Amino acid sequence: MCLAVPSKIISIEGNRAVVDVYGAQREISILLMENELEVGDYVLVHAGFAIQKLDEEDAKERIDMIVKITAIPE
Amino acid sequence: MKEVVEKIKNLKDSIGRPVKLMEVCGTHTVAIFRHGIRNVIPKDITLLSGPGCPVCVTPIKDVDVAIALSRLSNVSLTTFGDMMRVPGNKKSLFDAQAEGANIKIVYSPIDALKIAAEDKEKKIVFFATGFETTSPSVAGTLFEAEKMDIDNFYIYSAHKIVPPALKALLDSKDVRIDGLILPGHVSTIIGSRPYEFIASDYRVPSVITGFDADDILESIMMLLEQIASGRAAVEIQYKRAVKEEGNQKAVSLINEYFEPCDANWRGIGVIPRSGLTLKDKYSHRDVNKVIHIDVPEAQEPKGCQCGLVLRGVKIPTDCPLFGKACTPERPVGACMVSTEGSCAAYYKYSGVYHG
Ligand code: SF4
Repeated sequence: MCLAVPSKIISIEGNRAVVDVYGAQREISILLMENELEVGDYVLVHAGFAIQKLDEEDAKERIDMIVKITAIPE
Repeated sequence: MKEVVEKIKNLKDSIGRPVKLMEVCGTHTVAIFRHGIRNVIPKDITLLSGPGCPVCVTPIKDVDVAIALSRLSNVSLTTFGDMMRVPGNKKSLFDAQAEGANIKIVYSPIDALKIAAEDKEKKIVFFATGFETTSPSVAGTLFEAEKMDIDNFYIYSAHKIVPPALKALLDSKDVRIDGLILPGHVSTIIGSRPYEFIASDYRVPSVITGFDADDILESIMMLLEQIASGRAAVEIQYKRAVKEEGNQKAVSLINEYFEPCDANWRGIGVIPRSGLTLKDKYSHRDVNKVIHIDVPEAQEPKGCQCGLVLRGVKIPTDCPLFGKACTPERPVGACMVSTEGSCAAYYKYSGVYHG
């Protein structure tokens, strides 16, 4: 239940943002973020809220890894 | 990764006795199975599962109250999907829904608030479960509800706080624990400081850990390093998502709406100040203050050993009902319900389990 998913910010409007989660788009709240976010930032999303900003390099590397793993044909 | 495994072996040899580590978080329990961690570390490092699945520790009574609420004609109950199959005294939310009760599954508490904005005729009650990872989202939703004046939105708080449960676990002395694998996303919110007592009062090493295979192995290595050198500290392995101070904004939002209360953990019992209740100032959001529900006291199902499993005293396969009377399709105890419950994880992965 404590799963949180790394997601990339695509657009921001006030307290709301649209993120890309492994290719799907979803609207989330960024109310819990302490610092200003920018488009392109990576955040951890849980239950519709961004709960922390992620280090970009690391997040990208790990998402690429997951996308690669799930893209392998059966 | 090979290097880390090699290091773990060497450290284990230098410690020279069996080592028992406990992962507190259900997401770790599942990750440890999925990555096959037990197959690459020395056999005499035991990984025990702890009380860290919010679905599993929500008491029967809360499930029964949620069911009773959902049957009222002026109420619509909203909940995370994980709660639907948890057995209450006689029924689950799924059973109640099949019988016509008004229950909607939401992905976020914000979705519950949207339902409230659209359906003013009904009281929309959110069944608020979860640890510190989740309670900020509920606090954030309350913030929006206040701001937007949506006055038919209520919550039933069954939220729990992790550090007091760890203290209860260490106090109980049921099992000797050599090190704790601390939850990643709970710590994203609260940071490392609320765990300091584990090192200072109990002299037990602990490491806040991420969820990938390399995260978990590195954390086991860090724990063994502490054990081998006789140190006890709270360390952060999951640095990319956890800061020492946590997410202060999220913590202050929790504190704006909630205050600690004594809470009952299913199978474990009442732990002082381990739950969250709405502050008086926000009692107009507390469904307990608006609708009075009385449900009979309930007993845990006969033979279910969830309490012992959640405290790390027994492993699921020690339970006589495991895989026989109790399976994920027909769960007897709560630990078999959630995919992150210890019993469900052992059941799903029992073919690959060699420990
Ligand atoms: S196997 Fe089922 S009955 Fe036994 S402890 Fe686990 S949940 Fe309870």
